[in-house]
Amino acid sequence: MKWQFSNDAPIYTQLIEQIKVGIVVGAFPPGERLPSVRDLATEAGVNPNTMQRALAELERDGLVFSQRTAGRFVTEDKTMIEKAKRGLAERHIKTFLAAMLRLGYQPEDIVTLLRQETSEEESANGGSGM
Amino acid sequence: MAVLECKALTKNYGHTAALDGVDFAIEPGRIVGLLGPNGSGKTTLIKLANGLLTPTGGEILVCGMAPGKETHALVSYLPERTSIPTWMTTTQLLDFYQDFYADFRRDAAEEMLAHLNIPARQHIKQMSKGTREKVQLIVTMSRAAKLYLLDEPIGGVDPATRDYILSTIIGNYDPEAAVVISTHLISDVEKVLDDVIFINQGRVMLQSSVDQIREEKGMSVDELFREVFKC
Repeated sequence: MKWQFSNDAPIYTQLIEQIKVGIVVGAFPPGERLPSVRDLATEAGVNPNTMQRALAELERDGLVFSQRTAGRFVTEDKTMIEKAKRGLAERHIKTFLAAMLRLGYQPEDIVTLLRQETSEEESANGGSGM
Repeated sequence: MAVLECKALTKNYGHTAALDGVDFAIEPGRIVGLLGPNGSGKTTLIKLANGLLTPTGGEILVCGMAPGKETHALVSYLPERTSIPTWMTTTQLLDFYQDFYADFRRDAAEEMLAHLNIPARQHIKQMSKGTREKVQLIVTMSRAAKLYLLDEPIGGVDPATRDYILSTIIGNYDPEAAVVISTHLISDVEKVLDDVIFINQGRVMLQSSVDQIREEKGMSVDELFREVFKC
């Protein structure tokens, strides 16, 4: 997994988001054991206490769970993962919408533009298949 | 108990105050950045904690004791300049550390050196500057100390070496020990730190956690530093 951090938000919230993405895209599959705090911290290049804090928060949300001695695991609850995916999507949409509104687009124009863009992408993908 | 504590700590060089009434405490399990511009008193503070200098006023305590023979056994120090004897081979250096420090984890050092493919029989003087710094960091972090004092551990090395040094610090994290990293390369170390202490002209300007700064100010520690110390 590739870890990247921006300057404007706490590191632990960025870790939460990136681990969620990892779970949603299957880099951390449902029911699988997560690497140890130390290994995850080393991989992400972050402070182990910060990683611990992010994992504790994910545990509180129910996306990961602890088993006393065996470590931390990704939830097997698919609806929970689907909900996390939806949450991430909503965040992206909100950011996107805010940027488009600032550029002066009306909601209906935004929808039209999105339709055009996605159909172009579809045909581009179809073309590359030949 | 705090691993490192300063109480109204003052150090004068002649008429110049290098440290002027410094107060702070560092608890076990924390990785703390000691940040400040050149000449702000970072190295003086680290040398006082090591007992290489004595305070003009106030107190500095390591695990509740004034720096001395007992605290030397608890503190692992990486000086600003590479100081390992260059005529030794890697193996001789490990022997030397093992003789000197009861808490030296030779197996940990050997594992890290093997990971970097550093030959056991190579002389330190034949190594590049970056390799020497890595070797010295490895022996420093291979002690099971209570306090690690790292004076500019990432100054003057390439970005890949910098990453290696930082991941070695993370990989050796011990919840019973504290790590103090003095540096002005803040953006590189920021993610590794729990807390930061800003010092300027011998005084503590700010002590806070990294995420608290990001949460409250909406900017990184590096950006805050640039703002606070704007020339």
